[in-house]
Amino acid sequence: MVFALVGNQNSGKTTLFNALTGSNQHVGNFPGVTVERKSGEVKGKKDCTIVDLPGIYSIRPYTQEEVVSTDFILNEHPDGIINIVDATNIERNLYLTLQILELKVPTVVALNMMDEVRENGGSVDVEKLSGILGVPVVPIAAAKGEGISELLEVAVETAARKVMPTVYDFCNDGGAVHRCIHAIVHLIQDHADMLGLPCRFCVTRLIEGDGDMDVRLGINQNEKELIEHCVVEMEDSTGLDRNAAMADMRYNFIENAVAESVVKSRESKEHKRSVAIDRVLTGKYTAIPVFIAVMFLVFWLTFHAVGQRMSDVLAAGIELFTQAADRGLVAYGINPVVKSLIIDGIFAGVGSVLSFLPIVVTLFFFLSILEDTGYMARIAFVMDSMLRKIGLSGRSFVPMLMGFGCSVPAIMATRTLSSDRDRKMTILLTPYMSCSAKIPIYAVFSAAFFPHHAALVMIALYVTGILVGILAALLFKSTLFRGKPVPFVMELPNYRLPSAKSVALLLWEKAKDFIERAFTIIFLGSIVIWFLQTFDSRINVVSNSADSLLAVIGRFIAPVFAPLGFNDWRVATSLISGFTAKESVISTLAVLLGTSIDSLGEVLGTLFTPLTAVSFLVFTLLYTPCVAAVAAVRRELDSAAKTLSVIISQCVIAWITALVVYTIGGILF
Amino acid sequence: MTLDKLKIGQSGRITSVGGEGALRLRFLDMGLIPHTTVRMQKTAPSGDPIQILIRGYELTLRLEEASEIEIEELSE
Repeated sequence: MVFALVGNQNSGKTTLFNALTGSNQHVGNFPGVTVERKSGEVKGKKDCTIVDLPGIYSIRPYTQEEVVSTDFILNEHPDGIINIVDATNIERNLYLTLQILELKVPTVVALNMMDEVRENGGSVDVEKLSGILGVPVVPIAAAKGEGISELLEVAVETAARKVMPTVYDFCNDGGAVHRCIHAIVHLIQDHADMLGLPCRFCVTRLIEGDGDMDVRLGINQNEKELIEHCVVEMEDSTGLDRNAAMADMRYNFIENAVAESVVKSRESKEHKRSVAIDRVLTGKYTAIPVFIAVMFLVFWLTFHAVGQRMSDVLAAGIELFTQAADRGLVAYGINPVVKSLIIDGIFAGVGSVLSFLPIVVTLFFFLSILEDTGYMARIAFVMDSMLRKIGLSGRSFVPMLMGFGCSVPAIMATRTLSSDRDRKMTILLTPYMSCSAKIPIYAVFSAAFFPHHAALVMIALYVTGILVGILAALLFKSTLFRGKPVPFVMELPNYRLPSAKSVALLLWEKAKDFIERAFTIIFLGSIVIWFLQTFDSRINVVSNSADSLLAVIGRFIAPVFAPLGFNDWRVATSLISGFTAKESVISTLAVLLGTSIDSLGEVLGTLFTPLTAVSFLVFTLLYTPCVAAVAAVRRELDSAAKTLSVIISQCVIAWITALVVYTIGGILF
Repeated sequence: MTLDKLKIGQSGRITSVGGEGALRLRFLDMGLIPHTTVRMQKTAPSGDPIQILIRGYELTLRLEEASEIEIEELSE
């Protein structure tokens, strides 16, 4: 038996899903779109699957989330729908419920957060509400696990006996909307029945006029005109246009239903508490300082105190394991090339990416807390006016900020953005935020060429990245992502404590995802790079890395960098190896110059002048993100072609910017 | 007057909802429909977007978006 779990954002849907399924979850994407599709087996019930549809407010075909939800229900025919409704915000939540009831699928309403309603002196006459809506209503408190087993029982019972919703007439006042709907029902009932589509849903789509419902139903011109006539008459007599008239009809029905069955609580203590917290967190003078402090703390903990420490420990562990494996392989007397593949290729490549895992997990721990408590919505609220200038909304701020730490979790964090346009644009802009792996490059070069102004050089590089990012954003805004930014009409939910279970499950899911990637795409990437480093053009093992295929490619590419002032194959090779991880730029240079990283600074003078060093730094700042970040981009954009264009455009932009810097520098100095 | 002109702490009743396409549908879906009462709660530090109380929950929208919504002021 398959159930679809449907509900508003912030209605506790994820909490309920976790309570129902535990850790038996499977995460994927809906076909063709980057909307997450989660499904899970119900704990303690055989053959009972729940599909967690994205949080939506309506099932109009306007956003990807709405489209996949509606398509899932109509095309994949779940046996039942569990519609979660936030009882503390019942009017707006029931708006979606009314649309779901029109889909003619056995439905149960799970009335969530009943504990909060009761504590604040409110109550819901569940039987009465159930009578009005024509479907079973089960009060629950998902966060406390109350009512879950009852909900499950009622849902299974309803689905097994195929109990359809009995109420779908929400226009019971006999007014103009009622006349319009019923007239159209008569017209299209046969068409809808023949196609097996729920009639009321079709009527709503026809009236609201979005999508291709008339084509799907095969309505002829004559019928089309009749329908339009009915709708225009409704508009004339209500004085509202079609969409407003339908929304008005639904909210009228809801207001009556609520008046009959709900005793509203006094202002809840959760709401009062939220208002009080917001006095500081979104206060006129306190909002920005608090935000900076919170971000600083998250950054410090992730990229220093907790995440980085754990990462170092893991890296040391991997190192020990690698050494042990190395000794084992030597003792076994294995072919040195195979050993090199395993140790220098796979272990080094996968290991170095794997050591990012604690950072990613720590970052997601904080992100999920920011999101689940409701603070992320406030950040968007506070930062929106700033980001709107570059065509984004406030929600994009946090992922971009994370980009200064590491692009990989930053790109993964764009999942928290609800708009597809914003998500894609944020992914494209994140690489401009100079990631922490480039710090060693900046440090070595500025120590070698600008020992007295090292900090200034660093700051200048970060600012350059941000400025070029802003330029790119402005360019995107007027080209790729033209059109209006999505509306910023967004709920600010009450602050709530996140449930430990939800946070733990999310971390588990992210960790699993990351490890999977390390052993697939990174695994392959490491082997390719190893191959290039190890063999020459005649597939002989090289003794000197200057003869390797990588060096051949480096020599081939080097002239490209001539206009930038560093036409040397060793520099080009180091940039190529920087594609595996940015730190490798430095280690490769050290190897090719036959020196150690510590004394690299002294030798660099033979390859660079201060001016070409700056040009080189600007190029490294902006050129293609590392393979792990590219893999993340590939996954989130869900397109190999777009990912490739990201790599190419980053390189082109880096080249142009470096050229500008080099030319202007050459004129000035 | 329009919703964006409401002073902090003031309430108003929606008389008509404008906007186009996705924005307008979003308004309607979130419960911003004629006859609904809204209260101006606060603005972001830069004065935009604004935060309103509607149907018992907090909603934020930009000034530009709020200017599409006509309201009549309610005296306290």
